[in-house]
Order: sequence, then structure tokens, then C-alpha cells
Amino acid sequence: MSKSLLYINGLTKAYPGVVANDDVSFNIDAGEIHALLGENGAGKSTLVKMIYGLVRPDHGAMQLAGKNFSPAEPRAARAAGVAMVFQHFSLFEALSVAENIALGMENPPKSNALSARITAVSQAYGLPLDPERLVGDLSAGERQRVEIIRCLLQEPKLLIMDEPTSVLTPQEVTTLFTTLRKLKAEGTSILYISHKLQEIRVLCETATILRGGKKVATCDPRKKSARELAEMMVGGTLNSAKAKKTTLGEVVLKVSELSLPPQSAFGTSLKNITFQLHKGEILGIGGVAGNGQDELLACLSGEAKTTGDAIQLNGVSLGNKPPNVRRALGVLAAPEERLGHAAAPDMSLTENAMLTAMTRQNLSKSGFLDWPRAKAFAEQVISQFDVRTPGPQSAAGSLSGGNLQKFVIGREVLQDPEVLIVNQPTWGVDAAAAADIRQALLDLATKGAAVIVISQDLDELMEISTSFAALNTGCLSATRPMAELSLDEIGLLLGGADATA
Amino acid sequence: MLRLEKRPAPSETWSYLAPVLAVIATMIGGGVMFSLLGKDPFEAIRTIFYDPLFSEFAWYYRPQLLIKGAPLILIAIGLSMGFRAGIWNIGAEGQYIIGAICGAGAALAVYPLESTLVFPVMILCGAIGGFAWAMIPAILKTKFGTNEILVSLMLVYVAEQLLASMSLGLMKNPEGFGFPGSRNLQQYASAHNAEFWTGTSIHLGVVFALIAVIFSYIMLARHQIGFHIRLTGESPKAAKFAGVNPNKLVIYCLGFSGALAGLAGMFEVAGPSGQISIDFNVGYGFTAIIVAFLGRLNPFGILLAGLLMALTYIGGEIAQSSLGLPSASIQAFQGMLLFFLLALDMLTNFKIKRTNTEVRI
Repeated sequence: MSKSLLYINGLTKAYPGVVANDDVSFNIDAGEIHALLGENGAGKSTLVKMIYGLVRPDHGAMQLAGKNFSPAEPRAARAAGVAMVFQHFSLFEALSVAENIALGMENPPKSNALSARITAVSQAYGLPLDPERLVGDLSAGERQRVEIIRCLLQEPKLLIMDEPTSVLTPQEVTTLFTTLRKLKAEGTSILYISHKLQEIRVLCETATILRGGKKVATCDPRKKSARELAEMMVGGTLNSAKAKKTTLGEVVLKVSELSLPPQSAFGTSLKNITFQLHKGEILGIGGVAGNGQDELLACLSGEAKTTGDAIQLNGVSLGNKPPNVRRALGVLAAPEERLGHAAAPDMSLTENAMLTAMTRQNLSKSGFLDWPRAKAFAEQVISQFDVRTPGPQSAAGSLSGGNLQKFVIGREVLQDPEVLIVNQPTWGVDAAAAADIRQALLDLATKGAAVIVISQDLDELMEISTSFAALNTGCLSATRPMAELSLDEIGLLLGGADATA
Repeated sequence: MLRLEKRPAPSETWSYLAPVLAVIATMIGGGVMFSLLGKDPFEAIRTIFYDPLFSEFAWYYRPQLLIKGAPLILIAIGLSMGFRAGIWNIGAEGQYIIGAICGAGAALAVYPLESTLVFPVMILCGAIGGFAWAMIPAILKTKFGTNEILVSLMLVYVAEQLLASMSLGLMKNPEGFGFPGSRNLQQYASAHNAEFWTGTSIHLGVVFALIAVIFSYIMLARHQIGFHIRLTGESPKAAKFAGVNPNKLVIYCLGFSGALAGLAGMFEVAGPSGQISIDFNVGYGFTAIIVAFLGRLNPFGILLAGLLMALTYIGGEIAQSSLGLPSASIQAFQGMLLFFLLALDMLTNFKIKRTNTEVRI
């Protein structure tokens, strides 16, 4: 048996009110790709932060390559041979690739020498990258390569990757996996954090599963089904959403040549977005974050105004109408950001029910609010969508992500929309809640409503959508029936190649 | 070592305790200041807080409390609406002055006509004047995105110049032997904001202040506009999603606070002050900011805070005359109140903890 590279022994870290990691122990062998699996809030981030020296454990110890390892800061962890690629990149858009990499080094070599090394490493690991290009011009996948090369230049023994594929197209994922397998073959250990079970089953030979801060199991993911892994993560059985066969009805929503200038310095503009939505249809809009998803939702919900005719519901022009006029007509929306956009964190669930249900549920009589009815509506959402909370008086911010998301989606679904637009409905939501939310969307479509699901999660879109379109730099591809599309075609659409063109 | 740790949810207990502790801390801090000035701190504090309420002259001071408190409460109620939504009207002093000029102007224009209509018209003009003055920052903000804090504050100085010009020019009393200042409205029966309740010297402004408290309570708790104001203060993005038009809210909040400040100015010029003069304004518009925060932006809290602040005014005046304390020390004393309130307010959201010394290296 080979000697392990990193021993983790009884790591415990408590924050006020929550034990993020409770006596977690496992080993990472040299040259293995080790998956760290768990739902949001299971303690994955805290654990890797301890390994990378960002957080100090309350108890427990680590050994790296036979020596005691307790990094006081990331610099110490890097010196010991631990490197990390974060989910959110820390790059300066106005600087070149080489300049960005030099900024992260203790003693950067001269720029010519550095560029040569970057080129050498990028060729050796199949990560094509030009060191002179500005980071601002790079795609998300290329930016990730910058981060990876920055790590590889340190020649790490252990590379930690946090949700690396969340921003990548399927083609880019394949490239990344090739690189990771090459690193493994050279003896580098990789700690791979993800909640995408299929990827882990393809890539990793060991998986440690965390649930509620505790280690549940260490297993070989290739020998388990995705379902078994998911059930270990959740600690229960999972219902997966099932689409019923639906026939498409007439067109309800017509969007034609919808354009929107950028709303801020780093905003995306929308260009000539055109599509039609039928009764009973679930249109999945895929795309990597930052390609205009938030802007599209804002245009459809009424937070951003366009020309009147750009959006038509059953022939009525809506593009320049405010949100409550659209709600009255049946166009409802649930934005991505739960706290601070879809719901006000410090307000109660009753008040948050009032937030969008005022118009459609008749909660306002000549300006005066009917709080008892709002409370009754909040209670209805809580009971029908199984929102775990002490009651409608609880503040929205006190709910877990999954429970709040169920509340936010339930609040719109129970208002009986004609068209419902949701952005990232299951982002950061545990698997059980995600399945419930998807089922609710499917049921809504079966009843004849039209649903638009904007999501970065392709698995989700493939599971529930009847049709698919990709959003890329503010342009929407033609709509295609989901059943006709292969994963490769979807990847091409996401990359901006319009399959119909 | 001590450090601050954020509470998971704001503490209800502390949000009520903080104002009380702030008053106590102000008494201690003020006592130290008064003793450094060579006065007996206990006597000074007693003079400020106790004498107006319970001394042998309390029969005179108690109604004064309402008269001084009314404009503070009226203005603070208006300001609190905007403050809750993150709309910062700092220029209530200016709106107060313009309300007084417009209210008094309406009376002086028809002098010496005696009619029951004169006073209602003055009320209307006072409110409209304050409203219009507040519309300047409101429209500049909604049309051009200017900062309402700066514009409303700078308009205070414009209003002060206007006040001086009125006292020396247009509104100068033609029978005033050349002295600056308008006719005294107390001697113009139809325009006099006389006592409403015989023998108490309580005028209509006090009644309006109480109505404003109840009105704003109902707005915030039961009405759509109040809900939208709270929502905007909590989370502007969620408010936009709920369909709140931020520009309309700016117009509404600035307009409402401007109208109430204008009313306060009008009641003051037609009542206790009596005339438009260069030194008509005494800082109610700024003190009302302290009152609004001391009252936790809550209508009934503002009522209590306004009375407390009036107490420090009256007590301060007594202390000035009987103990010879400088007037600046009374202002510093009032400033301490806001300072301690803001400092202690932190404990609503944070708790003090000892640094954990067990961390192993």
C-alpha cells in the first residue's frame, strides 16, 4: 500500500451557531484524484480552507508528506506544496495573462522568461494559452486555465480544485479532464470538489462524502451509481423529477428582437433576442454565467424596460410595462439571487409573500394591505412546498438556501402563472429540494403554463426542458426541441455556434 | 482582547436598550464635561432633566415641552420615512424656513384682512413651500442622479439667505422703524397660531405632530407605500423586483418630509416665534435628524425622542440662565446623545466577545 500524501485527522471547526466540520478524517494518496462530495453547507469549503491555510481548525491535525502540516496562511500552504484553484477567479481583467500570473508569485522571473515558462507548461498539459493576451478578452474556460497554470508553476504536490466545471462548456470540461489525468500520471494528487456526480464517477477513484460537517463515507465512486452517491450526500432516498408527455399548445409569449444596452460598466447587452413560447412548454435557456441571463430575466420580469412590442403575451404588448402590470396578466418570475433580490433577508416570510403576491392574490385594497391574507398565503406556500421553517413570521434570511428557494418558487407557482420565468432554480440547493423544485415546474407545465428555465446546469435542463436555446454574449440561439439535441450539439450552441446557421 | 462578533439576527432587546443606555451615558459624559467647566455635575444634570418636569415652575415648563417638541416630532416623522428607504433628506432646516416664509407670506399678503380662511391657507402654503423646496433635490436626483444629501444640505444655506433677504426687504414690517423682520403675526388675529387649549399654550402644531405620528404608523404598518419604503430600505433590488418605482419613492419621501418640515416652520412663525426674522431658524431641522434616529425611525419612538430632546433644550436653557453654563456646552451635550446612541447601536448587530486564546499554532 502506497504511503498517503496528506493525512487529515479529526479536523473540527465550529462557527457561531454551526459546526462546519466535525471530526473529519481521511487520507489522500500520492497521485490520486480524490473527490470531496457534499451538498451546500456540508462543510466542503471549510475543510479545503483549512488545508489551504485560510482557516485554522479548532481541533485535529494534518500531515503532509510525512511532516506535521498546520499552515497559518495560504503562503505557508503554497510553500509546502498545496495549490488551489478557486471557483471564483481572482484575475485583473486589464492585465495580460503573464502579468496576472506574475502578481501571484513570490519572486516572479523576468517577463520573457515567465512567458516562456507559461507557454512550456501550457503545451505540456494541453492548456492552450497565449501569455500576452489580456485576461478581459478571455472566456471563462481560458481564465480557469490561467488559474491552473498559476498553480502548476509552483509544481504542487496537491492541487485543490473547487467546483471547476461550473463555468465550463462540455468541450472545455473534456480538455480539463485530460489535463487533470496527465497531472495525476505525473504523481500530483488532486482534491476535486464538486456536486456533479457523473463527473466524479468518470474522473475520480476515491470519494469522501460529507454531510452536515461529518464524514459519511470514503468510497470508490466508479463502483457506485450516481443515485447511491446522491443518497449518501442527502442521507435519504431521492425522488427524481419525471416529465409527463405533453403536447404543445398555442403560442402564449412572443419575444421579438428584444435588445437591451448594458445596464452597468460590466453588464452584458442583449441583442435581438427572438423566441416563442407555447402553452405547456418548458424552454431551457443554457449558457455560462455572465452571458446575459440576469438581463434577460430583468427584461421579462419588468425590472428592465424595452420597447413595448418586444414582449407580447397573447398579443398584448408588455415590453415597457412595470412588473406588477405583468403579474396581473400572468407573467411571473423568480430571479437567481434568493436573498436580496427574490426575497428581502430581514423581512418575514409573510412580508416576502406580499412582495410578489400583492397584485395577483388581491392582498392590497385601495393601497391598504391585507396582512392576514398574506400570512395565509405564506402558510399555503410553506405547507404545499414543504418549506422547513418555524412559521411565516420567520425572517427569510434565517432559512437555508434550499428551503428559501422552495418558498420563492412556490410563491410564484401557487399564483397560477401563465408564464413563469426562473433563473437558476436549483443553484446551491440540496439534491432533495432540487428534485422537488423541478417536479413543481414540470407539474406547472403539465397544467398548461409555459415555463422558461434559465440555468447553467445542463443536466437539469436536459431532465426537464422540452426545448432548448443557448445564451451566448447576449445573443440567443434558435430554439430546438430538447429530444433532437446531442450533448455535443448543446456544447456547440453554448460556445456560440448557432446550429441552424 | 475584546472583539466584535456579528449576531446572526439583530437583537431586539438591544434595539430598545440602546437609546436608554445612550441617555445614561450622555448624563455621565455630560456630567464630566460640566465638572470640567467647574460646575457641579449633579446639579447640572438635575437642572436639565429634572427641573423642567418636577420643579416648582414645572407648570410653565411642561407645556413648553410640547411646544418645543412639536416641530421636532413633525420634522422627524417626515425624515424617518425617507431614512427608512435610504433617502437622506439632510435639508429639513431649509424646508422649515421656506415653509415659514410661504406661510407668513400668505398672511402678510392679505394683511389686515380678518377671515377664518386665512389660517387654513397659511397651513396649505407652509406645506406647499416645504414640499416645493424638497422637490429641488428630489427632481435633481431622479433626473440627473445628483446626491440628495449634498443638494438638500446646500439648499439650507440658500434658504437662510432668502430668509435674511425677506426680513430686510419684501416682508419687512413697514411700521417697524426700519428694524429687520416682518410684522408680528401674534398681533394679527386671523393669522395667529394661538393656543388651542386655553391656559396650556398648546397650539395646533402640537395636534398636527400627534396626527403625523399616528398617520406614519398606519402608513408603515398597513399601507402599500409604507411597505415599499421598508422594502426599499431592506433591499433595493428586491423592491425593484416587487415593482417599486425608485424615482416615485424619492419624490414621495422627500416631498412628505419637506411638507411636514414646511408645516413645522409655518406653525412656528405664526405662533411661538411670531415673525420672519434673520435669526428665525434655530436648528430644529438638524436636531430632528437626531430625534429620528434616537426614536429608532419608529413613529412612537420619535414621539418620545422628540419630547426628550425638547427636555434637553428647555433644561439646557434653565441651566444656562441659572448655572451660567455656556450654550455651546448644551449643544455638545445634545451631540453626545447622538454619539452614544450610534456607538451603542452597534450592539444591536454585534456582540462583544473575548478573543479566543486557545488557537493552536
